[in-house]
Amino acid sequence: MREPTSPPPVASATPLLEVDEVSVRFGAIQALDRVSLEIGRGEIVAIIGPNGAGKTTLLNVISGFYHPTAGQIRFEGRDRTHLRPYDVAALGVARTFQNVALFKGMSVLDNIMTGRLLKMHGSFLWEALYWGPAMRQELAHREFVERIIDFLEIEAIRKAGAGTLPYGLQKRVELARALAAEPKLLLLDEPMAGMNVEEKEDMCRFVLGVNDEFGTTIALIEHDMSVVMDISDRVVALDYGRKIADGRPDEVRADQGVIDAYLGVSHA
Amino acid sequence: MLDSSPDTFPKLALQNARRLSGKVAIREKHLGIWQSYTWSQYAEQARLIALGLAALGFARGDKTAVVGDNRPALYWAMLATQALGGVAVPLYQDSIEKEMEYIVDHAEARFAIVEDQEQVDKLLHVREQCPGLEYVIYDDPGGLRHYKDSCLLSLQELQERGRKFAEDRPGYFEQEVAKGAAEDTAVIAYTSGTTGQPKGAMLSHRNLIETARSAVSRERLDETEEVMAYLPMAWIGDHMFSFSQSMVAGFTTNCPESAETVLADLKEIGPTYFFAPPRIWENILTSVMIRVDDAARIKRGLVRFFLDLARRVERCRLGHRPIALRDRLLYPLGRLLVYGPLRDNLGMSRIRVAYTAGEAIGPELFEFYRSLGINVKQLYGMTESSALICIQQDGDVKLDTVGPPLPGVEVRVSPSGEVLYRSPGVFQGYYKNPEATRETLVEGWVHSGDAGFFDKDGHLKIIDRARDVGRLAGGTIFAPKYLENKLKFSPYIKEAVCVGDGRPFVAALLNIDLVSVGNWAERRGLAYTSYTDLAQKPEVYELIRQEVVRVNRSLLEDEALRGAQIRRFLLLHKELDPDDQEITRTRKVRRGFIGQKYAPLIEALYGTGDSVQVEAQVTYEDGRTATVRAAVRLGEAETFAVTGARA
Repeated sequence: MREPTSPPPVASATPLLEVDEVSVRFGAIQALDRVSLEIGRGEIVAIIGPNGAGKTTLLNVISGFYHPTAGQIRFEGRDRTHLRPYDVAALGVARTFQNVALFKGMSVLDNIMTGRLLKMHGSFLWEALYWGPAMRQELAHREFVERIIDFLEIEAIRKAGAGTLPYGLQKRVELARALAAEPKLLLLDEPMAGMNVEEKEDMCRFVLGVNDEFGTTIALIEHDMSVVMDISDRVVALDYGRKIADGRPDEVRADQGVIDAYLGVSHA
Repeated sequence: MLDSSPDTFPKLALQNARRLSGKVAIREKHLGIWQSYTWSQYAEQARLIALGLAALGFARGDKTAVVGDNRPALYWAMLATQALGGVAVPLYQDSIEKEMEYIVDHAEARFAIVEDQEQVDKLLHVREQCPGLEYVIYDDPGGLRHYKDSCLLSLQELQERGRKFAEDRPGYFEQEVAKGAAEDTAVIAYTSGTTGQPKGAMLSHRNLIETARSAVSRERLDETEEVMAYLPMAWIGDHMFSFSQSMVAGFTTNCPESAETVLADLKEIGPTYFFAPPRIWENILTSVMIRVDDAARIKRGLVRFFLDLARRVERCRLGHRPIALRDRLLYPLGRLLVYGPLRDNLGMSRIRVAYTAGEAIGPELFEFYRSLGINVKQLYGMTESSALICIQQDGDVKLDTVGPPLPGVEVRVSPSGEVLYRSPGVFQGYYKNPEATRETLVEGWVHSGDAGFFDKDGHLKIIDRARDVGRLAGGTIFAPKYLENKLKFSPYIKEAVCVGDGRPFVAALLNIDLVSVGNWAERRGLAYTSYTDLAQKPEVYELIRQEVVRVNRSLLEDEALRGAQIRRFLLLHKELDPDDQEITRTRKVRRGFIGQKYAPLIEALYGTGDSVQVEAQVTYEDGRTATVRAAVRLGEAETFAVTGARA
């Protein structure tokens, strides 16, 4: 387990992300019900909860994919409740998806390069000519991407088609693409789902490594409690759209409300 | 001219830095690009590392453990150590902690220069048991940011300290290099050892340089060669090809990006000089044949046709027989359509000299590569001889020999059949093990422990380890490795262990090859979950039985060994693994250990049942152990009498 007492590395007055009394309603379904949480700089926060608890909705709200029906979201202290996904990404939020969403027909390298899109500032003409500043820029981006490839140990599949890879590697490529955007906040939706023990251990190592090497703040949804216990600084538990616990991993694991939620105590 | 033949590696490197200053000495694929270092950069990098070590208090005679994948920095580290009169001790990068602890402690290494976090972690763990180890220096800082141990230092910091150290002491490096003598120990190479603890063979600068020079001149190697450094640095072969010979001839060593990218990197570099053990030649062939099987029917037919043709032609060439006119006319077409493109695809179109050694190579495998026009030759050597004893000469290549001795090497066969040799490359002795040295090195002759003989053309032929040759209860000679090699020539059998000394007949414990048998099973729609599951399928037993019968039939040709055919066999429930000490890191079977560990299985083979229950301990890389339980079937195979009828 990570040392529970260690404070977030950067002491800053405002947390990186503040979710304040956010509600999301789809017709009659209250997906999120006045959820509040903070994510500090450099933290790894796990979001847990039974199926349908609202975990993915929360991630979608943070990444601008859904807009809250009530409440406010602040990123680095500024209100950005109603930004669109593109603008959220430009602010420094990147994510991976529960079901891998790669460009299957493209190579691994090209997939990761798309993660650099927001960092590319060239005119179409120069890019097409691949000359002068456009070329220098492309080379710099490629070098950055190669560092990620080196970090995630995927050199051997650099040129392989993304669609031909086994699932565990596709997940790793997706992580690489998210990292290419140099995010301040990285959202991972079930990064270890469907993996065998060895792949999970690798992925844990990479998540911790990303946090350590790049100082990236990470929020992840995960079901495997041993993984959650191992890698997160803090755990937030959701049930029926409400936050039912928020604390250190061992505290949350011992929390009666969380245990009831998982064992399925009836909700009066 | 004294200066033209430097007698130590550091002197050689300084000479190369003058003579070939702008020529590329070593390349490494990093961030997707081949990064090159010239001979003058090579020498400068090593100089800074040496000065850094000196700043930490390195004294002449100190040892540096070197651990990691083949990286330029690690080759520089060896050179730097030698420049200060120290001894480089390369270790296998996949060693588990216990093995590493033994060698670091036994060698009394004060310094360790390693690749990355993985190796740092292992060394930090063993440090308590190795009080002599003072500094661990790493090349790749990834993941090490929060490590606070005072003994840790990055290579960059080390070189920075070296730079400062040199400011007050100009000429220090050059003076230290000049103090070096040919008889100084350059390297202690720990042999993986099929029995007992590893032994550290001490090799002097003279041993390695003279052996390298003799092979370089025999094979006419020059500074334009390109070699691939992808086999473990701790193995004497890599040391000879990627360090000693590269330094002597001035050619370029190429370090692949990672272990998984070797084949792709091979294609990009197109080496002219290449070494691979039979296992790797086989992996390459398997990957080709799988792709051929998946190709369209016409292409597949074309490839098969021309490969058969090439094989026929090569067999005639090896046997010095005339080639049929039709084949002679079609061969150039095959070169155009199949052989050329295939060689290019394998990254082997520029190869001038390639070697196979370590184990016997299957006839089909050997013929396949030679028939494509790749000059694969066999060689014989061992750590104690600075890697090289015999090499086949161009144009005089045979399937089952290792060729005549190199110039300067004397080889004779003792009355008991053991191969003995004497050469400038013969080692100085085992480090801190005079007893083993006395047993091996007698009056300048090394007792190789291999059984062999010279054929009529003066080629040495090795049949087995001398101590493993035994007799069946009936008195027939039993050479287990000879049988095992024949078994392993089957694409479906990965490892084989034969028993029979003092027994009524020969029995075999086998490992199937998971890739090829898995493929075979897939094509037949045979579902399986794991190695253990696949190995115990009746269909797989039938497949392997046919292979065993084929070996028995081929034994008929050999008068001395035809009595030792394999009557019973089983497929082991787990793969033999160096982590479980069943085979060495170089994949040699540890016979005694297996005999003990699998005693119940062996007894069952000589019993009457048709299956046996097993329980086995497996060791993970972090040292944890677990138990595996399974039922193992026993198989029967036909044996043949001289007439070919069933016995």
